[in-house]
Amino acid sequence: MNVDSQTDEFHHVQTAHCENGVTTALLRYRGLDFMTEPLAFGMGSGLFYIQIPFLTVNNGPAISFRTMPGAIFKRTCKSLGVDVTRKKFSNLLAAEAFLDQKVKEGVPVGCQVGVFHLTYFPKEYRFHFNAHNLIVFGQENDRYLISDPVMEDVTSLSREELSRVRFAQGPLAPKGHIYFPESVKPISDDLIRKGIGKGIRRNVRDMLRIPGNFAGVDGIRHTSNHVRKWRDKLGLRKASLYLGQIVRMQEEIGTGGGGFRFLYGAFLEEASAYMQDDRLSQVSEDFTKAGDLWRASAIKMAGVYKGRLTEQKDFNEIADIMLDIRSVEKEAFEKLSRLNLGK
Amino acid sequence: MKKEDLPQDTGALEKFTREVCYVKNEDGKYETALSKGWEVKKLALDSAWEDVNARVEEARQAVIRGEKSPIYYFMELRLMDLPVLSGYTGIFSFFIKRHLKPAVFKKLSERKLEKYARAFDITVDSLKNFKG
Repeated sequence: MNVDSQTDEFHHVQTAHCENGVTTALLRYRGLDFMTEPLAFGMGSGLFYIQIPFLTVNNGPAISFRTMPGAIFKRTCKSLGVDVTRKKFSNLLAAEAFLDQKVKEGVPVGCQVGVFHLTYFPKEYRFHFNAHNLIVFGQENDRYLISDPVMEDVTSLSREELSRVRFAQGPLAPKGHIYFPESVKPISDDLIRKGIGKGIRRNVRDMLRIPGNFAGVDGIRHTSNHVRKWRDKLGLRKASLYLGQIVRMQEEIGTGGGGFRFLYGAFLEEASAYMQDDRLSQVSEDFTKAGDLWRASAIKMAGVYKGRLTEQKDFNEIADIMLDIRSVEKEAFEKLSRLNLGK
Repeated sequence: MKKEDLPQDTGALEKFTREVCYVKNEDGKYETALSKGWEVKKLALDSAWEDVNARVEEARQAVIRGEKSPIYYFMELRLMDLPVLSGYTGIFSFFIKRHLKPAVFKKLSERKLEKYARAFDITVDSLKNFKG
């Protein structure tokens, strides 16, 4: 692989999820042409489930189908021995100056931003969510060139617009967070295989062996128990808003469908080719099944917030699907755990 | 999900972008495909906005009744909660809670009002003179 091709033009990559996209595009720019979204997601052990206790987001339950923001980029780069620079700023002018310096050097950089003031997003999607990621890859007529991985095409932002989203406030405030791979050594297939093995082992640990009952596969059961009680406890209106929130976290722009489960299935399929191990593509089928079940549960939940399904038995059915999902995912990760993919 | 089952329901993403989804092709292999949207999640988003609009209207009524200050209305209008508003204004939540009372609001300094106005993207006058 030719690692000297760093000065090549930057290419926009559209992906399902923003952080995978930034990771993939920045690493490809550095000459790692083999990088794909599923590979970045899997090496970064991106699949997860958590219902964060006592926390509400937009007046609904705080549920996530993926790992913490920033972890995928960090872990994937580390696995491949890629050095990373990351900076946060307390001072807006210093943040702007650093970005301008990088733009002048012609280095594309990842930026964490809030979406509430992100002008090119449709208004319907602009909530106070601060863990969106995009790439700044140049400047033209005083506007920054932006590659937003969830979009089909590149776009641009003025200095004011970009600074505003880089300094969005509230939970997970980006504080001008900027990051990019620094130096890339030649990467052997063996290193990729090691990275895949490590990514899978860490994901097994996160999903099966994390302590507590609200995260990992047990987290799905935790939410399932909640769903069963929501109709009586919250009333039908609030309960259906809560279900709507689950569907949005699971399907809304950025998950690739089925709460990242299809994306993980795609990763295992790719991994199976790298590792020359058919067992991985068999487990991939289990994640396809899990993703399909998540989609089925979403359809059922939509029945509730459409006002078509109102009975307790409908809530029970949704909770039962979630228990099914838990056992499918649990079994799939146990299979992965038994594969012994080497240290 | 099979490729032919990928929904193409238009919604809020229209004229913005299509989104990448991971689907199974005819050979049972994963590939990406672009989707315009899915009715199920469009409805989830719609119902979230219905809730937001109901909250904003409730806040407006509370201001008219003299129970809450305009800050409460604009906080709901901008989809903010106390931690977010605290972040944008630099004022501690404890004080913001007090500023939601009309009597306390009336005595706010120009400097504090400016902080709120900037956070809400409005002028100080429209904040001060909001009657509901």
